[in-house]
Amino acid sequence: MSKSEQKKKFSVFDHVLVPKHEIVPDPEVGKILEELKVSRDKLPKMLPNDPAAKEIGAKKGDVVRIYRKGPGGEAVYYRLVA
Amino acid sequence: MDFTEKKIEKIKFTLFSPELIRKMSVIKVTVPDTYNEDGYPIDGGLMDQHMGVIDPGLRCKTCGGTVHSCPGHFGHIDLVRPVLHSEFARIVAAMLKMTCSSCSRALIKKGKIDQDMIGSEELLSEMRRAKKCPHCGAKQEEIKFEKPTTIMEGKRALLAIEIRERLSKIPNEDLEVLGLDPESARPEWMVLTALPIPPVQMRPSIILETGERSEDDITHKLVDIIRINQRLEANLNAGAPQLIIEDLWELLQYHITTYFNNESANIPPARHRSGRPLKTLSQRLKGKEGRFRYNLSGKRVNFSSRTVVSPDPNISINEVGVPQYIADELTVPISVTSWNIEQCKELMRRTEYPRVVYVTGKDGRRRRLMDKNMQELIDSLDVGWVIERQLMDGDPVIFNRQPSLHRISMMCHRVKVLPGRTFRLHVAVCPPYNADFDGDEMNLHVPQTYEARAEAEKLMLVEDQIVSPRHGSAITVPNEDHLSGAFLLTRKGIKLTKDEATKFLGAAGIYELPEPGKDGLYSGKAVFSMLLPKGLDIEYKTKLCREVGECSKGSCPYDGYVIIKDGKLLHGVMEKKGFAGLLLEKIFRDHGGAAAREFIDRATKMSVYAVTHFGFSVGVDNYHLDKKMREKIEEVRAKGIKEVEGLIVKYKNKTLERLPGKTLQETLEDHIMAVLGKTRDSTGALLKDYFGQENTSILMANIGSRGSMLNVIQMAAFLGQQAVRGARIKRGYRGRVLPYFKTNDLGAYAKGFVGSSFMDGLTPTEYFFHAAGGRESIVNTAIRTARSGYMQRRLINALQDLYADDDARVRDADGNLIQVVYGGDAKDPMRAKRL
Repeated sequence: MSKSEQKKKFSVFDHVLVPKHEIVPDPEVGKILEELKVSRDKLPKMLPNDPAAKEIGAKKGDVVRIYRKGPGGEAVYYRLVA
Repeated sequence: MDFTEKKIEKIKFTLFSPELIRKMSVIKVTVPDTYNEDGYPIDGGLMDQHMGVIDPGLRCKTCGGTVHSCPGHFGHIDLVRPVLHSEFARIVAAMLKMTCSSCSRALIKKGKIDQDMIGSEELLSEMRRAKKCPHCGAKQEEIKFEKPTTIMEGKRALLAIEIRERLSKIPNEDLEVLGLDPESARPEWMVLTALPIPPVQMRPSIILETGERSEDDITHKLVDIIRINQRLEANLNAGAPQLIIEDLWELLQYHITTYFNNESANIPPARHRSGRPLKTLSQRLKGKEGRFRYNLSGKRVNFSSRTVVSPDPNISINEVGVPQYIADELTVPISVTSWNIEQCKELMRRTEYPRVVYVTGKDGRRRRLMDKNMQELIDSLDVGWVIERQLMDGDPVIFNRQPSLHRISMMCHRVKVLPGRTFRLHVAVCPPYNADFDGDEMNLHVPQTYEARAEAEKLMLVEDQIVSPRHGSAITVPNEDHLSGAFLLTRKGIKLTKDEATKFLGAAGIYELPEPGKDGLYSGKAVFSMLLPKGLDIEYKTKLCREVGECSKGSCPYDGYVIIKDGKLLHGVMEKKGFAGLLLEKIFRDHGGAAAREFIDRATKMSVYAVTHFGFSVGVDNYHLDKKMREKIEEVRAKGIKEVEGLIVKYKNKTLERLPGKTLQETLEDHIMAVLGKTRDSTGALLKDYFGQENTSILMANIGSRGSMLNVIQMAAFLGQQAVRGARIKRGYRGRVLPYFKTNDLGAYAKGFVGSSFMDGLTPTEYFFHAAGGRESIVNTAIRTARSGYMQRRLINALQDLYADDDARVRDADGNLIQVVYGGDAKDPMRAKRL
């Protein structure tokens, strides 16, 4: 391993088992909440110090979209950072 | 109904201060005794009437109430020396650690604290680590807590009185830094100076048949406390030596500790005269039999009954046989309407089963229907009344066998009143309940509202539960003789005369004949086909498939390939995989629960008829070997033993090749286990050839109706290697398991190989090995049930109010979204097709 590679920041997303996370832009959140028929505070939670949340820069109150692979193909999950 | 919604905003638990204890106390208890010789409560004693009364006729001296109206009042005792409350001892030690031993200030400078830091772990640990007081500069000795109530400073144990002194000196603003609210929990309140005495209602004495009074454990404990408290006081007043005072003080501490919790660590439990440990406050609340789980969460039900279960293949799987005695006792409420009022009156006129037991008028008054008020009640019966009649055939009830591990442990059955004293259930519903008939008891519940009846019938009826939601395969299935019978009937070459065919079909309640064959006879398959729903098409490989070359399907010589076209069994036989699996599931999914139920009900009756018609029995002859065969088995066994000896030789002269990741010894053991396992299994083929497929034991093993090849081998050939913890038996004496072997004998027989069969009988050493292996499996089952039971309890508590909403999203009772799509695919395994 070269020196520059060693310096490169460790990323949880490099691991095969860590699914893709992204912050949902604010205007989209309302639509999602309507679709799921829940209020923001009833969404499943994730911690602000969750390694994946930290890496994508999600702040308290953000909604995160996670693309998870399951037996029935790719499934979309939502987490409220709280 | 009207509801007033009230939300509890918060609940605050606080500590009792000694002032509060004294303020709410109605009497200071001073006498360590209960009743005088006349059986009258002693004034100032533990049963003082100020604290409430338990004897009828007496009145509470505080509120004037009687046994029924007075809830009881707390008293108190003043402790002459303070005593640590054992349940708070750990917190007290932590407080002492974080405060100065001389000035009692929190061990941190004011300036170093900002508001967010309060309660943080960093702040607390900084205070705990401080070696010097930042306020007065005093050196801090290390504080150590020893269970249950000792707090050491350096090498010296602190006295409760000193502890209290230090704690009370802590200023209020420092308490907030320590994480305490001075209003509700001053730390010195954790050191008791006054002890509340619970009301007598909480610790009633009972009067034995002999007329003696027997006091509650709590009262006994309180007697001890008061007695020691008095002795301590007397000694203090008399100026007794410090040593005696300290001993008594420690004894008082012991009694108070055990009064709160008689199971505290590092302390012997206080015992009753009989040697039984006392049940003190903690023990009353804790655990399965404690106040919370037993009395508060635990519920009891009416309209239920319990008795032994026994089998009845002639009732439907939807039914349950209910003894007449039970049907007489249980009732079902019927609302009187303009449509059923005449029938209700008719029912009320009856004096014998089924009759009406209770009548409830519009005023809500419930009256028992008797001869003398019968006419009056019939005349006044009106729409809106409710009558309660005895349980009748067809009523939906919920039937249950504990442990209720999954939802199919409780199913809805329809009542069928039968003579006898046991509940009767169809043998095919044994697997979901995990029931057998060696004395199992089951419970029955009668739903008491129309809504409950409807829910039970629509959601819980047995015919809708034939396929398990757990794994998507059938669970209400034919088994044992039921499978054997179906096999015997559907076998190749079974020809029935018209007379016979009629009897078979009649047994199943079918009163028409299939098309006869060319010879005018009816094949077993054709007769069996009458049970199958029209339009059923399925093909599958059965358990009898031998996997020889390309599957010949319809022309399989072993009848191992089933072809059903339009409800006609053209080829193949019935056995477990199809009859209790694929075929049944297909009928359930494509033709519905009712069709599947009808199939099971009729097939059971026809199979039972078949098994008696053809005859099917097992005896010792099934396992008898002739001399030649015995020699053959002996040869196999000897070969295996010899192979083991060969391995041992190789091991001893180090020519055995070590397996990766294993020691040489482990390698040897692995090889020996493999060789002996292979040896035993290889007798299976020999026995199959010798006994033939017609031997009932082999036949049952093949079609899956009962037993396995291993059972046959163990009865006819030999038991084989016994194992403890997955390896050969090695525990016992040094170098050998039993004294009958040479030390360090590695041979098969010295390490648990059993060369005898159950038919031969076992030698004493073999018997020992077999018992060792058998014991392990029993212990394992015991541990497994205990462990899985606890795991189940935790899961149920965690998941109890989750549900799949009608949009297939999983939510909990607060509306929190738990899963976006139920199961990730919103599929119900019960209805999903098998892959």
